[in-house]
Amino acid sequence: MSLVLNEEQTLLQSTARDFLLTHAPVDEFRKLRDSRDALGYSAELWQQIADLGWASIIIPEQYGGLEFGFQGLAAIIEETGHTLLASPLIGSSVLGTSALVLGGNEQQKNDFLPQLANGSMTLALALEDSNHHDPLGVTTSATPSDGGWLVNGRKVFVIDGHSADQLIVVARTNGAAGETQGLSLFLVDAASAGVTRTRTTMVDGRNAANIEFKDVAVGADQLLGAVDGGWTILEPVLDRGRIALAAELLGSAWEAFNRTVEYLKEREQFGVKIGSFQALQHRASIMYTELELSNSVVMQAASTVDDDPAGLPAIASLAKARMNDVSKLVTNEAVQMHGGIGVTDELDIGLFLKRSRVAMQLLGDSGYHKDRYATLNGY
Amino acid sequence: MSMESLDQFRSEVRQWLADNCPESQRTPAQPGEQYWGGRRAEFHNADAQLWFERMRDKGWTAPEWPTEYGGGGLNEAEAKILKDEMKAIAARPPLVSLGVWMLGPALLEHGNQQQKEKYLPAIVRGEHRWCQGYSEPGYGSDLSGLQCRAEDKGDHYLVNGSKIWTSRADVADWIFCLVRTNPDAIKQEGISFLLIDMETDGISTSLIELISGESEFCQTFFDNVKVPKENLVGEADKGWSVAKSLLKHERKLMSEMGTDIPSVDPRTIAPDYVSYNADGKIANSEIRRQLAEYDMYIQAVGLTHFRGFEERMHDIQGNSPLIMKYVGTEAERLKGETLLALMGSSALGWEGDEFSATEKQALRQWAMSKTLTIAGGTHEIQLNIIAKRILQLPQ
Repeated sequence: MSLVLNEEQTLLQSTARDFLLTHAPVDEFRKLRDSRDALGYSAELWQQIADLGWASIIIPEQYGGLEFGFQGLAAIIEETGHTLLASPLIGSSVLGTSALVLGGNEQQKNDFLPQLANGSMTLALALEDSNHHDPLGVTTSATPSDGGWLVNGRKVFVIDGHSADQLIVVARTNGAAGETQGLSLFLVDAASAGVTRTRTTMVDGRNAANIEFKDVAVGADQLLGAVDGGWTILEPVLDRGRIALAAELLGSAWEAFNRTVEYLKEREQFGVKIGSFQALQHRASIMYTELELSNSVVMQAASTVDDDPAGLPAIASLAKARMNDVSKLVTNEAVQMHGGIGVTDELDIGLFLKRSRVAMQLLGDSGYHKDRYATLNGY
Repeated sequence: MSMESLDQFRSEVRQWLADNCPESQRTPAQPGEQYWGGRRAEFHNADAQLWFERMRDKGWTAPEWPTEYGGGGLNEAEAKILKDEMKAIAARPPLVSLGVWMLGPALLEHGNQQQKEKYLPAIVRGEHRWCQGYSEPGYGSDLSGLQCRAEDKGDHYLVNGSKIWTSRADVADWIFCLVRTNPDAIKQEGISFLLIDMETDGISTSLIELISGESEFCQTFFDNVKVPKENLVGEADKGWSVAKSLLKHERKLMSEMGTDIPSVDPRTIAPDYVSYNADGKIANSEIRRQLAEYDMYIQAVGLTHFRGFEERMHDIQGNSPLIMKYVGTEAERLKGETLLALMGSSALGWEGDEFSATEKQALRQWAMSKTLTIAGGTHEIQLNIIAKRILQLPQ
């Protein structure tokens, strides 16, 4: 376990910070949102990001990747939280790419990983069937047909799903809702017959899609991993996604917090800086303790991906539950402490609040992860 | 130091502990079984004495102190290894001592050569039991307003006043005290740090009973107490800097209470006190949530302790030490409330045989946790410190 970044990781993180502040500050995100951009992220920026290697960090070298380790990627994603970067980094480079790396056969890896690494294609994970995260509750079905399967169902909240080239679809081939056995993963070309994608306009100004699958024919070569055995791939993929989201929430919570502390030092009421009021100081200090604790947890979670796969489920749930709660606390306090200006669209603080709520729901809210953590620990 | 030599050190420590720590000293010590040292101290049994003497001879009653004062001369990484290895076999601390935890580190930083030679070895060897004289009845959080007066009488100071929350002053040999030497100076400007022999004429103590039913603290009264000038640590009127450096050690100690001192663990006792559904979940979902939240918080605190350690090893200047008193004692507070929730009426027995030792200990632990968020600088003082020193909010 490592709770400090090594020299290379530190360099990677500071390079990422400089790049984002120059090329993708919060203003860029605001412009993107206001333009109702059809893609939902800047294609040009995404290519620059891919050229920097961020899309290929967890891809093995033999498939054109950097093989630099998950902790490095998490350090970058934390930085993207500071500037509210909209990009397929989590949907494609973490979730989609991890599914291929962990579950793809040689052919699939050769077909897709090099393109994922250089940014020329993106993947999305079509997981949720309902409005609450429930991976074992998937009812989208895949029934045998002509040596392959027919996929039927409707997926919601698929991040960057409307623009992805390929979808990884979680479907039930066997068993009942709630069972780990019987889930299968399929790689489906987004342009396949029977796939209807609808882009949703979400509160955070980013992309999610609702996707309808109607008798979508998939062949045996599109199966990712074993039939009925998708859970062994899906669970670690989701845990990586949860840790990536925790890292993003950590970055965005720190940013919202730092901006708020600066405001407390500037804003005057009753003839004094409002930061001199103990009622506000103590609330700020409590947030600070939570953020410091969060630094340790997220760091540990990211290094666990690289060093200790067996310990992954518990630390992933710990990290996601903690960051959900801390992000909620900090973004609410950030708006409140800014007072009137805090509820205007003009101030960026509201953008952090809105992104927070989406990232909190993605891959499990606090209730989901506290329940899972308790179960993993035997109570 | 290289990883190889640390690994080597670890295996030597493990072997030495295996050979030297008596079996009976490898279980959590009950409060009456700890050895606090001092003129009045007695060992609970022969094994406790043997264990203490062996550790003392290694210098491991104060592992990080220089060997010239009887300490172990270990660096921080080595000391952590010793601590981890002792924890791994549940070895009791051979000596429980405010001298080791608090006064010693402050003397190493601020004491003169003569003071170091006189006091440090006596602490390591368990000969002096120290207590702390900081707070006064009217000056707790507002410590720098303290009034206990020390008048300069040429060759000695004459001390008058009283101190409260003096830990077991009734059995201590010495007290380290903050006194006012200059009544005209503002607040912390006129304070000095004095070492006072508790045998001196004019000192009296009375025990204070706490809500836990225990009496770990006293009020101590000074009535024309003569203290030799040589017992002044640092300069006259400049004692506040000594006091602050000592408080830093006290807070570090308090932040580690939960991880270092054996106590009833909610995660371990749960199966004996709650019912479970068929799926293995605790039936009462609120209790289950509370246990999970406590568990997650203590994990985060533990990881942050470890991160702080790693940062120091890499010479990274982090802010985590300034939050540890708050979060460490917050974890203890959560633990106490979680124990009560889990154990229900079983944790509410005050005394008598109808309740097990564990149950009565859980209740005491809960009550004591109320002390932790107050002593050594209250929660609110800790938040003030974070606001001022880290966030640099206007005062």
